[in-house]
Amino acid sequence: MSVEKGHLDSFKHKCCEDLYQKLYILVFPCTLTVFVIYVPQNEDTEQQIIRETFHLVSKRDENVCNFLEGGMLIGGSENRLIYRHYATLYFVFCVDSSESELGILDLIQVFVETLDKCFENVCELDLIFHVDKVHNILAEMVMGGMVLETNMNEIIIQVDAQNKMEKSEAGIAGAPARAVSAVKNMNLPEMPRNINIGDISIKVPNLPSFK
Amino acid sequence: MPAVSKGDGMRGLAVFISDIRNCKSKEAEIKRINKELANIRSKFKGDKALDGYSKKKYVCKLLFIFLLGHDIDFGHMEAVNLLSSNKYTEKQIGYLFISVLVNSNSELIRLINNAIKNDLSSRNPTFMCLALHCIANVGSREMAEAFAGEIPRILVAGDTMDSVKQSAALCLLRLYKASPDLVLMGEWTSRVVHLLNDQHMGVVTAAISLITCLSSKNPDEFKTCVSLAVSRLSRIVSSASTDLQDYTYYFVPAPWLSCKLLRLLQCYPPPEDGAVKGRLVECLETILNKAQEPPKSKKVQHSNAKNAILFEAISLIIHYDSEPNLLVRACNQLGQFLQHRETNLRYLALESMCTLASSEFSHEAVKTHIETVINALKTERDVSVRQRAADLLYAMCDRSNAKQIVAEMLSYLETADYSIREEMVLKVAILAEKYAVDYSWYVDTILNLIRIAGDYVSEEVWYRVIQIVINRDDVQGYAAKTVFEALQAPACHENMVKVGGYILGEFGNLIAGDPRSSPLVQFNLLHSKFHLCSVPTRALLLSAYIKFINLFPETKATIQEVLRSDSQIRNSDVELQQRAVEYLKLSSIASTDVLATVLEEMPPFPERESSILAKLKKKKGPGAVSVELEDGKERGELNGGGDRGGDAAIAASNASTPSPSADLLGLRSTAPVSGTTPSAGSLLVDVFSEAGPSATSAGVNDDGFLSSAPPTVASEDPAPPLPESDELLNKFVCKNNGVLFENQLLQIGIKSEYRQNLGRMYLFYGNKTSVQFVSFNTTVSCPGELQSHILQCICTHTHTLLNVQTKTVEPLVEGGAQVQQVINIECLTDFIDAPLLNIKFRYGGALQNISLKLPVTINKFFQPTEMAAADFFQRWKQLSQPQQEAQKIFKASHGMDTEVLKAKLLGLGTALLENVDPNPENYVCAGVIQTKAQQVGCLLRLEPNAQAQMYRLTLRSSKDTVSQRVCDLLAEQF
Repeated sequence: MSVEKGHLDSFKHKCCEDLYQKLYILVFPCTLTVFVIYVPQNEDTEQQIIRETFHLVSKRDENVCNFLEGGMLIGGSENRLIYRHYATLYFVFCVDSSESELGILDLIQVFVETLDKCFENVCELDLIFHVDKVHNILAEMVMGGMVLETNMNEIIIQVDAQNKMEKSEAGIAGAPARAVSAVKNMNLPEMPRNINIGDISIKVPNLPSFK
Repeated sequence: MPAVSKGDGMRGLAVFISDIRNCKSKEAEIKRINKELANIRSKFKGDKALDGYSKKKYVCKLLFIFLLGHDIDFGHMEAVNLLSSNKYTEKQIGYLFISVLVNSNSELIRLINNAIKNDLSSRNPTFMCLALHCIANVGSREMAEAFAGEIPRILVAGDTMDSVKQSAALCLLRLYKASPDLVLMGEWTSRVVHLLNDQHMGVVTAAISLITCLSSKNPDEFKTCVSLAVSRLSRIVSSASTDLQDYTYYFVPAPWLSCKLLRLLQCYPPPEDGAVKGRLVECLETILNKAQEPPKSKKVQHSNAKNAILFEAISLIIHYDSEPNLLVRACNQLGQFLQHRETNLRYLALESMCTLASSEFSHEAVKTHIETVINALKTERDVSVRQRAADLLYAMCDRSNAKQIVAEMLSYLETADYSIREEMVLKVAILAEKYAVDYSWYVDTILNLIRIAGDYVSEEVWYRVIQIVINRDDVQGYAAKTVFEALQAPACHENMVKVGGYILGEFGNLIAGDPRSSPLVQFNLLHSKFHLCSVPTRALLLSAYIKFINLFPETKATIQEVLRSDSQIRNSDVELQQRAVEYLKLSSIASTDVLATVLEEMPPFPERESSILAKLKKKKGPGAVSVELEDGKERGELNGGGDRGGDAAIAASNASTPSPSADLLGLRSTAPVSGTTPSAGSLLVDVFSEAGPSATSAGVNDDGFLSSAPPTVASEDPAPPLPESDELLNKFVCKNNGVLFENQLLQIGIKSEYRQNLGRMYLFYGNKTSVQFVSFNTTVSCPGELQSHILQCICTHTHTLLNVQTKTVEPLVEGGAQVQQVINIECLTDFIDAPLLNIKFRYGGALQNISLKLPVTINKFFQPTEMAAADFFQRWKQLSQPQQEAQKIFKASHGMDTEVLKAKLLGLGTALLENVDPNPENYVCAGVIQTKAQQVGCLLRLEPNAQAQMYRLTLRSSKDTVSQRVCDLLAEQF
């Protein structure tokens, strides 16, 4: 079950009607974008936002600040992009001025550390193949664009509880694993070909040492 | 269901997804999807009831297909059914589908709300959380209506699980933000405040977002949260780093929550209760002290978390702006950060200092860091940081350091990133103006600005410099000299030419004594730039030239020569041509006295808020205004005296309407003569046009039918057409542009163009009064038989000045403003009566009702046809039936000048055929009238008899009505 939902979620998590913008989250592995937008946009705008954001963020040097005033698409200077760069991954949050910038950096860190715990040394491929889980974990932290919980242990407890529930309902424990392997065997043209073996070994161990 | 089939189903979905992924082309993908949709449809419609599992699988497929970008128009019911499943995974997919696919006005909303209601009352925390997540994600009004009462109860109930409370708090916040009117305050509000005391930190984290939002909207009702927040904060701040266990993040106790608490306190003024205040000050001091302690960890996360709290604390201190001691400490702390090796900290420190600079307690302290900030502007590698440094320099600028700061900003501008140049230019311009003690410095600065970053100098900036030069006579000579020198550069920016043109046109005489800048030298210098400039600039230069003629009579011949040249007087641009013609005429016929009056020096502009400031505010949004307010206070220093308080308010409100006239230095309100503008669509950049409007228009615009006595009929029905409207109509038979109507209140100008059977007419309604017209409404109708078959008028209103197309603005015409209306006309077949234009509006309560004939006549749809003599006479003979000919013999009512006659015949739209008629005195013309239904060929012969002062006009066309009508129309013209 987890797999199917993963693919669905990887596209978007959409709200119907909201005038309120708080934050959205983008994760850029080299080839796949995981993003959650808590503000409804039409498809084109979303794609544009992703492109623009990626363009803005990826061309930045190391040693510059982690804050970036947004382009017009994300609401001009009212909103800010706050990002962190881990190896090949970018985690980008877009927040309005009511959030503490450093606080959001911490939030990203909590998110990444939580991923690291849930996946036991998270790597890029984990995020690609378990987009659903990534979203579940995020949903435990952020709800409708608002921060729900910042305690890593609490988040992990909730995620574990869900996993247990899914397993117990799936009947046979092997099903999810089979599904995962089905996806891994799928021919995903745009994805694995671009990742060379060298990159796969880039994990994010000892996260704190990365800035 | 046996377990095996579930496994198969899972595979079915995985296989489908992988099929899609393997599709080589878009077509193949669509084919595969359509196949799957047909399959799912048949399953849903099938006789066999589906079990929950299959339903989930298919719903999931539909969702996947939708997310690939295809429309899904079924399956909603099945998704709703899933909501009532008692299996977590089925419910979850159901909710996901609903969140993504069901729009708020769906009929299913009732069923969905029912399911949510059941889950909310299920007492199963997982299900409750799913339901709450769904509400928070959808957040629609219907959901708010259904649950805005229920969720507060869940939130404050004693037996609600902590995880549910967290979700409920954020869910309520979401509903409140979407539909604040539906979330009613009540008994629960006080209990929500007490969630700040909750044992579970997660609950506090979620609740504080809700409380912050609610208190910012209803500060009084949530006042009690201040003391609770202070005590909670105090407990966190004073706790040891291990007390809060899981909520301690890299040795910092609950940083996220601390930040949120400090934010909440920023919704309120400093606590009045001395004890609470003392405790809070203690907290803030502790936070500031901790910043000086050696770090407990070398990890960046540790310092991040610690500094996040520190920055929030500083924001709070700045917000209170009442503790000089804390403010200075905050400033010192930020000063340390300015040189920190962490870029993030430098960035945030610059940003916070910006707000600190506006506090009277810390302004001086901030100023001590000027060198560091200037250094940052020069050396920072990160554009975001440089931008903040520029902001801070702007904020800390005052009289003592203005010259230094402006110089630094100017030199930075040469290398600044393109993205921030325009804003930098505005800031330099404002600072230069605000702190200008000597105006030569101001003029130098602005001219430098144009030189360095001409492309980014908006109109407001150069308008402003002119405004100031005109208002300050001590700087005019210097300005003329400087601008003259600046124009010497071989390549100077067009904005420089504009400023130069204007200033030399006004004050060139002040430097004319020097032989190096004699009038002719000045003129030649300006004219050397002329050909490189755009049309608006050329228009401005032409105006400068006519001013030169007035200032320096010795240049008259040279300038007239220029005006008379083909490139001016026959310029393809209507505006330039008109100016050249008008100015030439004016300079040759008007006496020196008249010329001197018309071209008098511009009167001083009324004092008002700088339009530049308005522009910057617009650019920066409301956030920047707090800093700008300071500007307002000190503005008085510059332009000396004048009642400014009201002006500032007016200008501030102007700032929100992007009206070009507001940018135009308020010319309309200052024009010494309240006259008509020379042409209805005159270019706004024409900063001279209002200086001498009456003479120019009288000299050239011979629309001599400025009718007086406005017919005010107090009836809601369209008034009958004015008696003179036929006459008005005749004025426009041979021309397309001009003033259609004018009385004391209203002027209607017209510009029109026709191509084949289509026409477009621009009507300009000008409010001549200073009072707004309300309920302004215009209708165009085609009278009688016309209505059915002749004209189609499509009217669209636009507001020329505002360029807004909203209906609400439309019925109001501000005093002095002009509204534009576009009418598209299609000629379906030939016609006689012109369409009627009815204008209704209220002026000071009285209804004005005016009807006019729109000058649309059949000849407008003429296409000229050139033909040789032989052709002409052959066709003339073909049209020999009596009804095809119309003839009139009439007395000349105007002079019989050949050129005038020719111009009128050309204006009619026909081709004037030379060498056709054996008698050279006669005129023959040919044209084809284009209507949608048919084309009507038309031949014309006009035989003047100069001795008798009579004409004989003969029309032949393939249609009798056309011959007659054109003949009637034309007969009125001679």
